[in-house]
Amino acid sequence: MEKARPLWANPLQFVFACISYAVGLGNVWRFPYLCQMYGGGSFLVPYIIMLIVEGMPLLHLELAVGQRMRQGSIGAWRTISPYLSGVGIASVVVSFFLSMYYNVINAWAFWYLFHSFQDPLPWSVCPLNDNRTGYEEECEKASSTQYFWYRKTLNISPSIQESGALQWEPALCLILAWLVVYLCILRGTESTGKVVYFTASLPYCVLIIYLVRGLTLHGATNGLVYMFTPKVEQLANPKAWINAATQIFFSLGLGFGSLIAFASYNEPSSNCQKHAVLVSLINSCTSIFASVVTFSIYGFKATFNYENCLSKVILLLTNSFDLEDGFLTASNLEEVKDYLASTFPDKYGEVLPQLKNCSLEAELDTAVQGTGLAFIVYTEAIKNMEVSQLWSVLYFLMLLMLGIGSMLGNTAAILTPLTDSEFLSSRLPQEAISGLVCLLNCAMGLLFTLEAGNYWFDIFNDYAATLSLLLIVLVEIVAVCYVYGLRRFESDLEAMTGRPLNWYWKAMWAGVSPLLIVSLFIFYLSDYILTGTLQYQAWDAAQGQLVTKDYPTYALAVIGLLVASSTMCIPLVALGTFLTRRFKKGDAAPVA
Amino acid sequence: MLWLLFFLITAISAELCQPGGKNAFKVRLSIKTALGDKAYVWDTNEEYLFRAMVAFSMRKVPNREATELSHVLLCNVTQRVSFWFVVTDPTSNHTLPAAEVQSAIRMNRNRINNAFLLNDQTLEFLKIPTTLAPPTDPSVPVWIITFGVVFCIVTIAVILLIVSGVRQRRRKNKGPSEVDDSEDKCENAITIENGIPCDSLDTKGGHINEVFLMEDERLTPL
Repeated sequence: MEKARPLWANPLQFVFACISYAVGLGNVWRFPYLCQMYGGGSFLVPYIIMLIVEGMPLLHLELAVGQRMRQGSIGAWRTISPYLSGVGIASVVVSFFLSMYYNVINAWAFWYLFHSFQDPLPWSVCPLNDNRTGYEEECEKASSTQYFWYRKTLNISPSIQESGALQWEPALCLILAWLVVYLCILRGTESTGKVVYFTASLPYCVLIIYLVRGLTLHGATNGLVYMFTPKVEQLANPKAWINAATQIFFSLGLGFGSLIAFASYNEPSSNCQKHAVLVSLINSCTSIFASVVTFSIYGFKATFNYENCLSKVILLLTNSFDLEDGFLTASNLEEVKDYLASTFPDKYGEVLPQLKNCSLEAELDTAVQGTGLAFIVYTEAIKNMEVSQLWSVLYFLMLLMLGIGSMLGNTAAILTPLTDSEFLSSRLPQEAISGLVCLLNCAMGLLFTLEAGNYWFDIFNDYAATLSLLLIVLVEIVAVCYVYGLRRFESDLEAMTGRPLNWYWKAMWAGVSPLLIVSLFIFYLSDYILTGTLQYQAWDAAQGQLVTKDYPTYALAVIGLLVASSTMCIPLVALGTFLTRRFKKGDAAPVA
Repeated sequence: MLWLLFFLITAISAELCQPGGKNAFKVRLSIKTALGDKAYVWDTNEEYLFRAMVAFSMRKVPNREATELSHVLLCNVTQRVSFWFVVTDPTSNHTLPAAEVQSAIRMNRNRINNAFLLNDQTLEFLKIPTTLAPPTDPSVPVWIITFGVVFCIVTIAVILLIVSGVRQRRRKNKGPSEVDDSEDKCENAITIENGIPCDSLDTKGGHINEVFLMEDERLTPL
């Protein structure tokens, strides 16, 4: 008797699992940045168009494949065509790379979470220097939040060549992060199904709380107005459209095999079309919702810094000219400056170089994305709120839930093919397989806790998944539509779900989506080739800011290896299958 | 004669206390910034208090217990509010060395600040660096405690889940073998067809011909 495939306890668990996987850190720290860079409110136009044209069809395809084949990515693509099992293997390889570096973010979130239980928050004050006469130099040059991130959390080295020693604090947090992930995936869908209720809903609770808090902050409206004012001329910029397409593509987590894995645990009669539309809509709405919160926080931070800058200028002028304390305010600053310039030209000339030009727009224009946004900009805003410990704890709990939710999907993508294979599941129990995968990932993830670890993290973040995923999804669509046959797939789906397939999906799968992906792929390739040498941002402790450096040759080799190891799986496995079949035919022929 | 002496003294003190003079210190107060509505006006009485506080600080220095109010001189008071002060030596007619005054002020900075309801940032002595408060470092960093708690909880949960999973699997494995043992011990008549208990026939997916097994009484118990 065959062991029954584990199922989700109810369809809600499946939807929550997909939402928890798709709604990740990218919604919080990448979409607001793109929105800001490419025209504010008008960025929503290419975003929604790409969602309808690219996001929903591709998501529907992956869910349908998983639900139909009822196996992980390797088995599913082997069933579609034996030559294409390389696609499944490439998905597993990419998922493996992703889970290696993604959990480091959870480790950092844990680190900040544990440090949030102090008063004052450790990133709000600079530490004193050795003879207690002032603050640490690096902290003075940069800001206290940057210092805490680069020095206390990462202890970053000046360049990627200087690897430095293993930092035991982030290493401990990484081990904890992997233990938590192991705890959630230990029992397969039984445990994952219960955890996703939590990881899917808690971020929304925190976002709502933050929305209320953010909108009531002083200066929040500045940020909202500035960011959401549409700059319609950006619609003509091709980069806006390309970035919208890329964001939808990567935000949904297509091509990793996680969606196929989740859908394979579904009842065959589930309405995957409804699920696909629902999940992609919720994902995009969360992005927009998160960007409202982010922009109000930006506005608060920018206004705070602007007012600080003004007070510093006022203090400088008051001290230099011995004006009455409290005489200079923000409103009469300009007139008084002119008056002083005309009355005391020499003295004013001396002071002038130190007078900073404070501008609210300049503060709002500092566009940040990625770990910089999450760990530097947000913490800077949080430290200025009242009861900052509470806001800090809430925020990092939210980051943790988002990160762990995505990790569940990643590990499912790796584990489902492994547990599907007879070879492994007959020899080892499921707990042992999960444990081995977590242990391996944890051990390799310790690389990112070296002093130069953040630079390796950036390499993985930028190159491990981008090109490979585009290729994988392209081959997926082509495989389903043209190798397996769109009509055959359509009749399979109709038989499985009992509902006819809408013409819209067929049109998108056969024509529009592959074209989109090919154009994205060409764009990325040409971008890499045209840029020439790849560069990275290194932290210079002496100056207290980031400087651009070139990658050394071995780092470039690692980048090439990352991309090649996943993309080459597809042609190599196809070739291998072809050759094995050839040999088998050759052996069989004389016997027959 | 007295007038001459008076002019002489004021002239000398004017010489001793000069902005940027030797051993002179500039003081800057930001009363409005610190106290807002409750700010007091800086007048000669406040100056008197200041001179008293400086004299008090100097009196705490060994060998300088004889410092009097008249030895502290203020000059060049501006609207800011800022002014210069020096402490003169009673025996000679020179100002006290800056290092002595500086250390005396540093020792009693807290008292001086409190007398004026100000702090280190709003009552500034230029050229006298403030001693920053050392950070309160607990013996065990707080984060390790939280980390330890969460780590232990997660580890215990993992172990519990693994152990319960192993037990469940062992129970499942023992299940079929228990059925085999009980067939020898069971008193109840178990219908047997060709030496095989009918119950296990069902589990192997065998078909039972109900014509022969409808009523238990028809079969002879063993």
